[in-house]
Amino acid sequence: MDRAVELGARVTWREINEGTMVTGGGTSREFNTGEWAVIKPTFEADKCRQCLLCVPVCPDSSIPVKDMKRLDFDYDHCKGCGICVKSCPFGAIEMEGIE
Amino acid sequence: MATKDRLSGNEAVAFALKQINPDVFPAFPITPSTEIPQNFATYVSNGEVDTEFITVESEHSSMSAAIAASAAGARALTATSSCGLAYMFEPLYIASSDRLPLLLAVVNRALTGPININCDHSDSMGVRESGWIQLYAENNQEAYDNLVQAYRISENPAVRLPIMVCQDGFITSHAVQNIELLEDEAVKNFVGEYEPEHYLLNRDEVMAIGSYGVSDYYMEAKRAQAEAMLNVPSVVLEVGKDFEAISGRSYGFFEEYKMEDADRAVVVIGSAAGTGKDAVDMLRESGEKVGLIKVRMYRPFPAEALAGALKGVKAVAVLDRAESYTNCGGPLGADVMAALFRARSQALAVNYIYGLGGRDITVKDFAKVYEDLAEVVRNDSAGDTYRYLGVRE
Repeated sequence: MDRAVELGARVTWREINEGTMVTGGGTSREFNTGEWAVIKPTFEADKCRQCLLCVPVCPDSSIPVKDMKRLDFDYDHCKGCGICVKSCPFGAIEMEGIE
Repeated sequence: MATKDRLSGNEAVAFALKQINPDVFPAFPITPSTEIPQNFATYVSNGEVDTEFITVESEHSSMSAAIAASAAGARALTATSSCGLAYMFEPLYIASSDRLPLLLAVVNRALTGPININCDHSDSMGVRESGWIQLYAENNQEAYDNLVQAYRISENPAVRLPIMVCQDGFITSHAVQNIELLEDEAVKNFVGEYEPEHYLLNRDEVMAIGSYGVSDYYMEAKRAQAEAMLNVPSVVLEVGKDFEAISGRSYGFFEEYKMEDADRAVVVIGSAAGTGKDAVDMLRESGEKVGLIKVRMYRPFPAEALAGALKGVKAVAVLDRAESYTNCGGPLGADVMAALFRARSQALAVNYIYGLGGRDITVKDFAKVYEDLAEVVRNDSAGDTYRYLGVRE
């Protein structure tokens, strides 16, 4: 399905939810704010010791964790702020322009 | 059975609120509306209502808290005047665009500056484009009656828009007048229980309001909001009719006073209409065909009906208790003239600015306006359409 149609962006004024009310929960997942980013961090899995310090500092919950191990970035929602780069003690996250 | 009493306009509004027993009333005081929350707080303390009364730190907060309460599913309100209303400017638009039924008791007072606490309409006129319904009262009885009708209009599923019930600061808010009050039970039955369709505290429906409406959605949202406003007039009439059935007092978009055969008319809002009617009576005694229209529902503006009511008139004076610095006159003047133009009216129209910052308007002032209109008719020319009334020249 066309993404715009899926998000209701083709809705007419007669059909739009009253008061632009959002029906349902967790809908921010549908909004790919990752599109805003110019530069993205990259995950160097071989350097990662799974200390998970990067996970709580991410303002966009874009570092998924499964079975106590972090996975690669959720680039649909990562805005490329670079905070995680600074939090990593092992140089396992790299991003252009951030030491 | 209705009871006769003597109340100030603020007392009348607070009393109507007691009878309605709303769910949430966040309040911040400002003259001359302070007595509304003050009197209501006494009802709360005495256990006469079970309203959640929240003292907040500003009018921005009182409106925001009322919005949040309404979104949660509560019947909410607040009250304010002048700069307090100006401070609510931002959240007012949120209330209307979120389509939240909500009541704001406005006691009209001039906006600063110069600093002034007395009556004019610059506060509520300043927010006339905020998407709120606006009703105005001539006297304490009308302030009470409008209050009783307000939630029925605001909460109607075809409307769901916030409503301002306005009265003139000090002139009606503090002056004590005879008033006929409805029985508690009659008001309760008339207003009814509030049953919101979608609300945040509904555990069976996950939802969010106050969303970010990017350009893909914003214009559709605003058009849908306009549709709700288009639905208001018929609801106002329907509620007015039901109100007449319980009170014997009838309410529409405006009141026509001796307009049947009038060739000169004044259009005015608020307490000045009472003074104007006196002038009409006086001039009618000497055979002059003059009339007056008092606008009750200003937003939405009843343009077509008003032009219809002015159909037989040769000259009309629109009286504005607010400047708008267009160099053409005030807001009511602009609306009435646009209505006349659309109706291809041949009436000559002039606009007066009067009563700013509590300046009194007298029967003599009205008589002068009707005299001016006679000259307009004689000259077959409106002359200067932007005039001041009651200012020292």
